[in-house]
Amino acid sequence: MLKTEEMILNMGPQHPSTHGVLRLEVELEGEIVKNVRPHLGYLHRCFEKHCEVLTYPQIVPYTDRMDYLASMYNNFGYAVAMERLLGIKVPERVEYIRVIMGELQRIASHLVALGTYGVDIGAFTPFLYTFRDREKILSLFEMTCGARLLYNYIWIGGVSHDLHPDFLRLTSDFIRYFKPQITELNNLLSYNKIFIERTANVGILPVDTAINYGVTGPNLRASGIAYDLRRDDPYSIYDRFEFEIPVGKGTMGTVGDCWDRYFVRVREMEESLKIIEQAVASIPEGNVQEAIPKRIKPPVGTIYSRVENPRGELGYFIISDGGLNPFRVKVRAPSFVSLEVLGELCKGHFVADIIAILGSVDIVLGEVDR
Amino acid sequence: MYEYLVNILFSVTGNQFLAQASVMILIAALPLFVVILPYALAAVLAERKVSAFMQDRIGPNRTGYRGLFQTLADILKLIQKEDIINSEADKKLFNISPLLVFAGSYAAFAAIPFSGMFIGTNAEVGIFFILAISSLVVAGILMGGWASNNKYSLLGAMRSAAQIISYEIPTALVILSIVMLTGTLSLNTISELQTAYFWNWNIFGGAAEGFKQFILIPFMIAGFIILYISTLAEVNRVPFDIPEAESELVSGFHTEYSGMKFAMFFLAEYANMFAVSAIIATVFFGGYQSPFGYLGNTLNFPLLIPFEQFFWFMIKGLFFVFVQMWLRWTLPRLRVDQLMTVCWKYLIPYAFINLIIIGIISLL
Repeated sequence: MLKTEEMILNMGPQHPSTHGVLRLEVELEGEIVKNVRPHLGYLHRCFEKHCEVLTYPQIVPYTDRMDYLASMYNNFGYAVAMERLLGIKVPERVEYIRVIMGELQRIASHLVALGTYGVDIGAFTPFLYTFRDREKILSLFEMTCGARLLYNYIWIGGVSHDLHPDFLRLTSDFIRYFKPQITELNNLLSYNKIFIERTANVGILPVDTAINYGVTGPNLRASGIAYDLRRDDPYSIYDRFEFEIPVGKGTMGTVGDCWDRYFVRVREMEESLKIIEQAVASIPEGNVQEAIPKRIKPPVGTIYSRVENPRGELGYFIISDGGLNPFRVKVRAPSFVSLEVLGELCKGHFVADIIAILGSVDIVLGEVDR
Repeated sequence: MYEYLVNILFSVTGNQFLAQASVMILIAALPLFVVILPYALAAVLAERKVSAFMQDRIGPNRTGYRGLFQTLADILKLIQKEDIINSEADKKLFNISPLLVFAGSYAAFAAIPFSGMFIGTNAEVGIFFILAISSLVVAGILMGGWASNNKYSLLGAMRSAAQIISYEIPTALVILSIVMLTGTLSLNTISELQTAYFWNWNIFGGAAEGFKQFILIPFMIAGFIILYISTLAEVNRVPFDIPEAESELVSGFHTEYSGMKFAMFFLAEYANMFAVSAIIATVFFGGYQSPFGYLGNTLNFPLLIPFEQFFWFMIKGLFFVFVQMWLRWTLPRLRVDQLMTVCWKYLIPYAFINLIIIGIISLL
């Protein structure tokens, strides 16, 4: 006879769908989840401590390795923070390049999120479609800076290389190519009856819980709040572009369920395409490196600067003691916060739903552990 | 053929019992080596090629001409692998489980009529035998999941048992309606009743006469759809592959299995896919009957007919296997409670209503 006692199930760190090396300690009653406790630290690389012995420009490649699916944006956030600390202004062309790269990166990152989410739910084919499209974005990045994953491209005060002469044409080609692919993804996955059954009304994140935990990015927007730093706390030149902020409307179930979180990302890709289109149309000529200081010695002081990376508010808190190395660097990682709320979301759901919920909050363990 | 072989062996060995027994074993092993193993090898490759085609990939293309020998290479690799049994496992049950699963799915082929001539046993209760013997698979899966002493395996096995047992009910109900219509449990007789042209197939009303045939068509199509969905669940294919849901349960009940034991689960899965497709083809789509009459009759060469029948049977069976693959690479997976909802709230009531209506029509 089976005794009816609570079962502790260890998910991970070697588990196919914990999106990296996350260990979840799940308390089960039958197949119902009583509690979920995430255990972190399997990917901890002492980023913040390490920064204290590096000079400011040397930190840039290390930021790549936090959210490795959105390296460009990590560079971007660090560069913005440092420029605010130094009080320098970068050339127009650099701003445009950064926005184009950042939004391409957002699409690439969301493609991974959506594709792997399909795999979590059991649909394998959309995953390969999204990776095929992401590959095209990575080729654009490779053309620009030579790297496909960790770019070290956006530097303090500029970017490492100017754009390839063909870049703008190929980007326009990509936009034309990619728009129908979103429709295809919607037909294949988003509006699939089984997919909706699995995700609608599952893992509902109420607005107040989201705010209490400090959840940002697509996860917060899916709960119904149109909060986007690109519009609400503009950095770089985002105030020049027209774009909407998609929010969860509870189309298939309740506001803030997994389907909303999924679909907000689909919609954000469309908005990113709009931004890229506008930026490509109006990018000026110019030098991309003229603002780069050779030796960086910021004044004594602190700066907290935040950008909207594909997963939410990525903040850099930097304390400078006037020397060549920062006194302290602290990163506010959006994935870390999204992971905290996981236990709240999973209670009372089935084991299968843990995977659906974990996939929908879209965490990157590199950023959680740093 | 049986007596001929027995006579030869008797003259060699001089032992009647030994001769009979060895011929029986030979005949029993024949479908395995002639049909199922080559089919399973081809089906695994086909699955990978079909998925590659659907996913914008190339698929295996290194072993042999365009990867034709890929599965063979995989099987050879699996045979060579170390057979790992974890120290906490219940060794006896752990070892029996893959055999039981394989035997259950393979034994079903004994009663499947590949053609008028090539049928393992022309049992009067053929379809009942298949339904009964394929339940053996559940026992094997439960054993494997329990004996592995792994939480994922246990969860997978529990789900699997619940799922397979539940979905046997709509399957049996739909098959029952065909049995009522044809008045026989023998798959060979069911096939023979659907002879001549494709409008005699059960899906188009079968051999019923006049207006009855036309009234039956919508209910037959409904029955076919119910049967197809529930057999998908019985063989644990997407969207019902919950027992081995890799994103949640790693690989469900066979998480702890490696080497040849894993290969046996794997082969059993593909054998099962074909077995249920063959049942669908037999009860609804004329079994081994050709849709347009036989070349052998036209040429006045009757020896050709069994081979033609075999050809048509394989075409029909493999088509349904292909549809299973197609679904697998298109659809996401249901959750375990939704799976049960589909079965108990929709399929079983509809199958019951369908059964009653077909019963009334056949009484008219």
